[in-house]
Amino acid sequence: MATELSFGDEIANMMYASHGNPIRECIQCGTCSGTCPAVEFMDHTPRQIIGLIRADFKDEVLASNTYWSCASCYHCSVRCPAGIDIADMMYALKRYSMWNKTHQEGLIGPAFSESFVKMIVGSGRSFEPQLAPAYLFKYGPQGLIKEAQMATGLMLKGRMPLLPKKIKGLKNFQRMVRRIIPIGESS
Amino acid sequence: MKRYAYYPGCSLESMAASYNISTLEVAREVGLDLKEIKNWNCCGATAYFPVDELLANTLVARNLALAEKEGASDFVAPCSACYKNAYFTNAYLKRDPDLAEHINYALEADNLHVEGTLKVRHLIEVIMEDVGLDEIRKKIVHPLRDLHVAPYYGCQLLRPRKDHENVENPQFFEDLLSALEADPVEYPSKARCCGGSLIITNRKAALDMVRKLLEDAMNHKADVIATTCPMCNVNLEVYQAQVNQEFGTHFSIPVMYFTQLMGIALGLKPASLGIGKEMISSAPLLALAQG
Repeated sequence: MATELSFGDEIANMMYASHGNPIRECIQCGTCSGTCPAVEFMDHTPRQIIGLIRADFKDEVLASNTYWSCASCYHCSVRCPAGIDIADMMYALKRYSMWNKTHQEGLIGPAFSESFVKMIVGSGRSFEPQLAPAYLFKYGPQGLIKEAQMATGLMLKGRMPLLPKKIKGLKNFQRMVRRIIPIGESS
Repeated sequence: MKRYAYYPGCSLESMAASYNISTLEVAREVGLDLKEIKNWNCCGATAYFPVDELLANTLVARNLALAEKEGASDFVAPCSACYKNAYFTNAYLKRDPDLAEHINYALEADNLHVEGTLKVRHLIEVIMEDVGLDEIRKKIVHPLRDLHVAPYYGCQLLRPRKDHENVENPQFFEDLLSALEADPVEYPSKARCCGGSLIITNRKAALDMVRKLLEDAMNHKADVIATTCPMCNVNLEVYQAQVNQEFGTHFSIPVMYFTQLMGIALGLKPASLGIGKEMISSAPLLALAQG
């Protein structure tokens, strides 16, 4: 008889595509939390998040901003004595919260990632001004003006092109993407 | 004979244009033939992985496939984030036939196929290993004497661990700067994070991380911070004014790509290295280096 997956199993499964990740081996030493440069901006430290996942505290984990505050610097990952790639686990949690639309409200990370991927799927290249809606979402019109001023400064220095670049053969490129994920079509 | 496929990445076409220019100038000067991959796509930086791991790997694999098709032996990225993404996708392709099959099924729609046979390397690694410090020393025209440089490695050049690097206290950047006769300062934060894309998604956290890096460079009397990555450079340089606004600080530390410092030492013209495009002028320090 099939048993229901624990939350810990679900998260472990999210990390399987590239490589396994032994979060069960965590000894709760806190090296990750002590290493993390963003820890003071997190609701829970990385050590606490692993503890919560293993204890099946799903609601607490899903309500946390911790993984969306991870900068992917991998400092914790290279220091973990149990060999856990904690930064990669944070990616798994980001994916979980995006797929299930459970992420904390008011975070810019999910909107940013979504618009980034749509932009790449649309042109093959990244172009900063196309990310403006994500800024607007978080920082409001005033924040957007501040960004625009900075963008103008960069433009004057020849560091911000006016038009986005596109790769050639976009149709095939998009067919390739659709073989993986139909993003940008359903929503 | 190595054949280098050059993958500049998106930032080098916009905010980090001077990194691209100085890379190409320096490469020519030291005899590295970097051939830009035709029709490359964005590697995804840190933004695809929160959406889909397989998609992220596939988009990276497309660039590897293009480079393989062009007959390259080495894939060279000047951006640490592009480098890290390409390095790991390439490694997974070799290690995991199931993943490779999935990716190749998708790539087939774009008439491509990937094997994972390239050697993926960061630009600084190619300069250190394939050109070598002896060769660089021979070509120095303007030694960067008395220039105190903070060697900022950042994250993804070193981490996650790839194969041979010293992740806690690397020295190769100091060695390169010493070869240019500059004075690399002790910089305890040299491998701490600049905040990366948190500068967009969590501005407060990123500005705080940048502030700490600037403070550390100042406390160690650095005239300039040298970088190996466009994201580090933009966060430290373009956002320095916002750090000052947010924390009431008065930082005004020039930030330069290591290729720009190399170019100056090799006697190349500042304008040909994109110098003059920075928000915090490096002119005073160039006068110092050349005086």
